[in-house]
Amino acid sequence: MAQLNYLFKRLLQMIPVLFFVTVLIFTMIRLIPGDPARTLLGEMALEEDVQRLRELMGLNKPYTTQYFIWMKGILTGDLGRSLVYKMPVKDMILPRLRITISLTFLSMLFAVILSFPLGYMAGKNKDKLGDQVIRVTALAAISMPTFWVGLLLMILFGVKLHWFPVGGWAETPAEQFKALVLPALTSCLMTTALLMRNLRNSVVDISILDYVDFARSKGITETRVSTMHILRNALITTVTLLMMRMAWMLGGSVVIETVFSLPGMGKLMIDSIFGRDYAVVQVLVLAFSMLVIVMNLITDILYSFLDPRVAL
Amino acid sequence: MDNSTQKFRKRKKQDTFKMMIRNKSFVAGSIIVFIVLILALFPGAFTNQDPIELDPQAIFAPPSPEHLFGTDNYGRDIYSRVIYATKIDLQLGVFGVSIPFVIGTILGLLTGYYGGLLDTIVMRILDVMMAFPFTILMIAIMAVLGSGIRNTYIAIWLTGWMTFCRLVRSETMVAKNSEYVMAAKVAGFSDRRILLRHVLPNVISSAVVYLASDIVMCMLTGASMSFLGLGVQPPTPEWGSILSTGRGFISFAPWITIFPGLFLSITGIGFSLMGDGLTDFLRTKGR
Amino acid sequence: MEKEKLLEVKDLKTYFLLRDETVKAVDGVSFDVYEGETFGLVGESGCGKSQTCRSILKLLKRPGEIVGGEILYKGQDIVKMDKNEIRNIRGKEISIIFQEPMTSLNPVLKIKTQMFEAFHDSNMSKQEKLEKAIELLKLVGIPSPETRIEEYTHQFSGGMRQRAMIACALGARPKLLLADEPTTALDVTIQDQILKLINSLKDELKMSVILVTHDLGVVAQMCDRVAVMYAGIIVEMTDTVTLFSKPRHPYTYALMGSLPDQSKRGSRLEPITGAPPNLANLPAGCPFAPRCKYAEEICRQERPEIFEIEPGHLTRCHFPDKVRTFTGIIDVPAEEVGNNG
Repeated sequence: MAQLNYLFKRLLQMIPVLFFVTVLIFTMIRLIPGDPARTLLGEMALEEDVQRLRELMGLNKPYTTQYFIWMKGILTGDLGRSLVYKMPVKDMILPRLRITISLTFLSMLFAVILSFPLGYMAGKNKDKLGDQVIRVTALAAISMPTFWVGLLLMILFGVKLHWFPVGGWAETPAEQFKALVLPALTSCLMTTALLMRNLRNSVVDISILDYVDFARSKGITETRVSTMHILRNALITTVTLLMMRMAWMLGGSVVIETVFSLPGMGKLMIDSIFGRDYAVVQVLVLAFSMLVIVMNLITDILYSFLDPRVAL
Repeated sequence: MDNSTQKFRKRKKQDTFKMMIRNKSFVAGSIIVFIVLILALFPGAFTNQDPIELDPQAIFAPPSPEHLFGTDNYGRDIYSRVIYATKIDLQLGVFGVSIPFVIGTILGLLTGYYGGLLDTIVMRILDVMMAFPFTILMIAIMAVLGSGIRNTYIAIWLTGWMTFCRLVRSETMVAKNSEYVMAAKVAGFSDRRILLRHVLPNVISSAVVYLASDIVMCMLTGASMSFLGLGVQPPTPEWGSILSTGRGFISFAPWITIFPGLFLSITGIGFSLMGDGLTDFLRTKGR
Repeated sequence: MEKEKLLEVKDLKTYFLLRDETVKAVDGVSFDVYEGETFGLVGESGCGKSQTCRSILKLLKRPGEIVGGEILYKGQDIVKMDKNEIRNIRGKEISIIFQEPMTSLNPVLKIKTQMFEAFHDSNMSKQEKLEKAIELLKLVGIPSPETRIEEYTHQFSGGMRQRAMIACALGARPKLLLADEPTTALDVTIQDQILKLINSLKDELKMSVILVTHDLGVVAQMCDRVAVMYAGIIVEMTDTVTLFSKPRHPYTYALMGSLPDQSKRGSRLEPITGAPPNLANLPAGCPFAPRCKYAEEICRQERPEIFEIEPGHLTRCHFPDKVRTFTGIIDVPAEEVGNNG
């Protein structure tokens, strides 16, 4: 199958990118001012103790050696230790990964549920009142800061109406879902607006093409014209855009999880930066970029399924 | 015969609405941006209170004639803080986008036109940098550089050039093979002249359209960084950081979060409207 | 031998209602199409011939609307039909093929899927549909139909795409095929093949064809009767032989004058002076008057009514006498022209 060949080719191409990504991450962390050993032991510690800890931590070894030690650790599953939490990073990441991915996935779901019908309707009723309203709403949604929207939603639905919890995580799956609703709604806002606009424009552009009229001329139902001909073509770019936005939404988890106090990867990252817990930051940035790379790959392959004109 | 056309004239009402949205969006956006600009340049004209003055007697005061937007946990007047913050945020948007726009366009022109080694290097850099979610990249850079407004600008500049570069590069690659460029080459014009006089005017329009939305992006990114505590540091008033101080108190002092966000949104909407109107204008002109 | 009337178009008016103007694309067009005949609609770009066809199946693009007239198919008025009624006509009774085959077929669906759509109303099983579709592809002359049916539009060449489109249009065996410039976008050699194909299918499936074209050569090759259109109205209508031997309208005559004439070697092509009219802002009077060599004051003031200058030959001109002196580009002895002489 052509897709498998392409997949293999892309995986090979990914290797140099991955390499440079790890080098970039490692270098950036190294560039952060301050001495990790000193931070651990505190301001009051003796210089010789700091030096001894530096030896122990391998901080005096040359740059490349430290890099290889780190990479070897990554590849064998040793992701380092958190200075702040005093536990292996590996144990900390997995539950948080679950939360961030659930948040992103739910956001995507909301974005699709909201944007597809509205975008389609706007496109079908071009320039009528519904279309104008939708376009104006989309424009406003793109221009608003997500952290503000999140807080507003929290005030309205959490504090005033008590429909959803005011931030924080929960134990049972049902409660966890409720805890994700407001954050996911906040996160999906900009993506929904962009998808709506994109789908609307696609539908408008495609509706006037000859093949839509030709399909109609065969006497098939208008529903079939809308689904198999208009939507089927219009959705190609919209789905691609959705996949691209997923990468953005992953990054947005930093702000959303901070606003709603969700214990996910994003919040951990911010906390670790302030706490100077750089071993954690390193691994988190790497995890985020791996997710993005995988998502891009899936997008390309998905696109080739959607549009048979694309030769891989 | 004309009766039949009159029957369908009710559509004209809807057509007028369309005209209002289209042609006026640029005007409406410009009005908003103009007002914001005035606020930024002459904050003293709108308030006579000191944005960083503390008043322990009046903490968490709700909006009143004396404190239009209420006060925060230090008793500072939110209204004046929001007004004075206008300049900071506007600068974040406008200055944040300017360097990436220029650098990105130049790089895009060069890589699109010449290709070769430069193109390969730049594309590899783009590949690596775009492997990170945008926000993650931003805070990673801020982690290295440290917080503060100057570092926020540097971080925005380091990440912002990429989209402009890609956009201009692909348009340049298309323009490179167009007939008028071929004709110019045959006529013996220098590369520099071709790029500046022939290619640039044609590829710049999509970059300018993106510019309008990117101003909003830069402003919101700067505000986000400040919100997270990485960007503008207190007590400098900035909409994102003012909002952030209100976070712990939303149940009983929501005004601290509501008003700065409102100003951010309105400013953002203003620029977006301008961008929208610009897109339409450029699209119809191109026909 | 009286032939049945299949389609009667009566005073059809199709206008495009734009923001500040109304484009009168079709402004009072009347003609009949009989069983088993090929009827031509010929004229320059923008004369309204394509919009007339699209009006018949109500496939107008926004903001086009049929604002007046009747289209009687087997006695029923299509203009008054609702969405469901017109769906029964489309495909089963009347079909259409367009000019540009690349954009007329859905690029992301297999040819098979698009052909099956022509069978949407039948009770055939999947296997039966497949067999019928392959048979249709064979009928239109596509080689190796069993494999090609699983392919996509972009994998076909221009001529093949046109054939595939014809196959889709004829899947439900319509009685009337509307062919909107079916060969304009094709190479000359392919053009001829497609036209011959349409003729043979017409005989095999016993259908009528309305053929829209700007090419008089195509009219000569294919049409039994023809209407010449200009600025949204018919200016002359008769059988093909008469049109080419005794045109009776200055526009028709001018169209022929702009054809290369083999017999008069070295003679100049005579293009029609002036520009086509603005359909949103038609002058009063005859729309061809600004470009007509023989126009007089009344031509500029009063639009002529269409009238029968001879049995079976209609024209729309104020000066039958001047018009009578036109001779066409073929010479036909009076006896051979038959009833329409």
